[in-house]
Amino acid sequence: MMNWTALTVFVLLFVFVTWLGFAAARWRAGDLDLLHEWGLGGRRFGTFVTWFLLGGDLYTAYVFIAVPALVYGAGALGFFAIPYTVMIFPLLYVVFPKLWQIAHQHGYVTLSDYVRGRFNNRWLALAVAITGLVATMPYIALQLVGMQVVIGAMGVETSGLLGDLPLIIAFVVLAAFTYTSGLRAPAMIAVVKDLLIYITVIAAVIWVPIKLGGFGPIFAAVPAAKLTLPEPPAGSLGSLSAYATLSFGSACALFFYPHSITGILSSSGPRVIRRNAALLPAYSLVLGFLALLGFMALAMNVGAAPEFAEGFRRYGNNFSIPALFLATFPAWFAGVAFAAIAIGALVPAAIMSIACGNIFTRNIYREFLRPTATDAQESAMAKLVSLVVKAGALVFIIFIPVPYAIQFQLLGGVWMIQVLPAVMLGLYLRWLNGHALLAGWFVGTALGTWMAWTQQFKVAIYTVTVFGLQVPGYIALYALAANILVALGFSAVALFRRKDDRKLRAEA
Amino acid sequence: MAIEPIGASAPEPAHRAHWGRVLLLLPFVAMIWVSSYDRVEPTLFSVPFFYWYQLLWVLLSTAIIGIVYLLEH
Repeated sequence: MMNWTALTVFVLLFVFVTWLGFAAARWRAGDLDLLHEWGLGGRRFGTFVTWFLLGGDLYTAYVFIAVPALVYGAGALGFFAIPYTVMIFPLLYVVFPKLWQIAHQHGYVTLSDYVRGRFNNRWLALAVAITGLVATMPYIALQLVGMQVVIGAMGVETSGLLGDLPLIIAFVVLAAFTYTSGLRAPAMIAVVKDLLIYITVIAAVIWVPIKLGGFGPIFAAVPAAKLTLPEPPAGSLGSLSAYATLSFGSACALFFYPHSITGILSSSGPRVIRRNAALLPAYSLVLGFLALLGFMALAMNVGAAPEFAEGFRRYGNNFSIPALFLATFPAWFAGVAFAAIAIGALVPAAIMSIACGNIFTRNIYREFLRPTATDAQESAMAKLVSLVVKAGALVFIIFIPVPYAIQFQLLGGVWMIQVLPAVMLGLYLRWLNGHALLAGWFVGTALGTWMAWTQQFKVAIYTVTVFGLQVPGYIALYALAANILVALGFSAVALFRRKDDRKLRAEA
Repeated sequence: MAIEPIGASAPEPAHRAHWGRVLLLLPFVAMIWVSSYDRVEPTLFSVPFFYWYQLLWVLLSTAIIGIVYLLEH
């Protein structure tokens, strides 16, 4: 059944941000034929805009659909997203102002640019570039899941070829304004998105507990086994180590994603980044409340309501939050909430595709295919790739269904984290060797992919046995450990060999 | 507004790290030590400890980063 009121509000808000996206091209106008103007907004965003941009960038449909869905389905484990966001900001504060400084001095637009300059090794830079492109695909697909679920929740038919039409329309719109306005479009839309999100979350967090009689009945409705992490069995760290490694590993991976780097480099300086490290956690509180909405959906028993049976059948637990909104809010406000989620998916998807455009152009097209490309050709290429990447993600979502959308993000993290040694250790350790880092990257990526393959790419947890103790942990961290060991080991060998050579030459 | 070439804005003065940065390790220790907070009691407004304690750390980590920022600027 079509929910016309919600759909009308939704469409009106969507049309408004579309207009905003195109109008953004003229905001703080720059020459959009230059890559750093189109792809980094001219590196001029201050504390305020960066706060909205990074907030819109990091807190995506992942937050509104995937995390509450995991809490709804698996309970306490889904809350790992909170310690994850607690740990990302100290990292942002310490590491990334330094990176901004270097990128600014040398005109770097991507992480690969930095790695190319730092180690003078084009193959290592290529590895970093490809990792960024591949890891971003499932992340964009995750955004699409969010959009698909809310469109479906308003009663629009989303199965079959015709059913994908609303999603395709939304993405054509997104592609068009990204193409014309570059990073300025998501920066401007992010402000609207965040206002809508804050309104929705505050309304939900106040209204739902009142309706259910406070937090007491909400938590009382949660089965004891889901309320906390289960006690680990003898000889195993059980879900405790899984929880800790999921949050820590996700935190380590986050800022290496191309879209995070784009957000960081588009700010106007290290001071803006440090300030944002202290101010961005405001979003984490919102994330925490949203995660708890998963329990509220459980307490409302939306899974048993006949009117939502079809939605749950089609979208699984990802439908829990849309169902909760439909059950609690008047139709027009449900429309606002769904628009918030859909626009919340547009912003990061736009930034991600721009970031991929930057990477392909700088680190593959110009480095390997056309070294003599002009500025205008560079920027045209980036725009084109931003379209291709979105089309790729669209194919992903139409053909590959997963039970928990959050797995898209976790699997992407397994690959993304493998660039950490080259980038982060590269900032601090002078003696690292580019070839050794490439070997480490290869070992980490291969091991991580193999571990994920043994789990049929359905879960991102793998159990390693250490001295008879079973330690289930996030695959990304295990693979990273192997990567770092290889990178440091080979770098040390290379260092000593060079010293020996010098000694021999001195003696001769 | 005029177009600004890369590197046109004045560079910030060299940044000096303050010893207070060691405080930034606290959120990691607290959050990775999962067994310290994996329990229901004590509840706060009927919210189990597991949940409100981690949300409290969102505020604490903000405060810590804010303090380090003020120490350094």
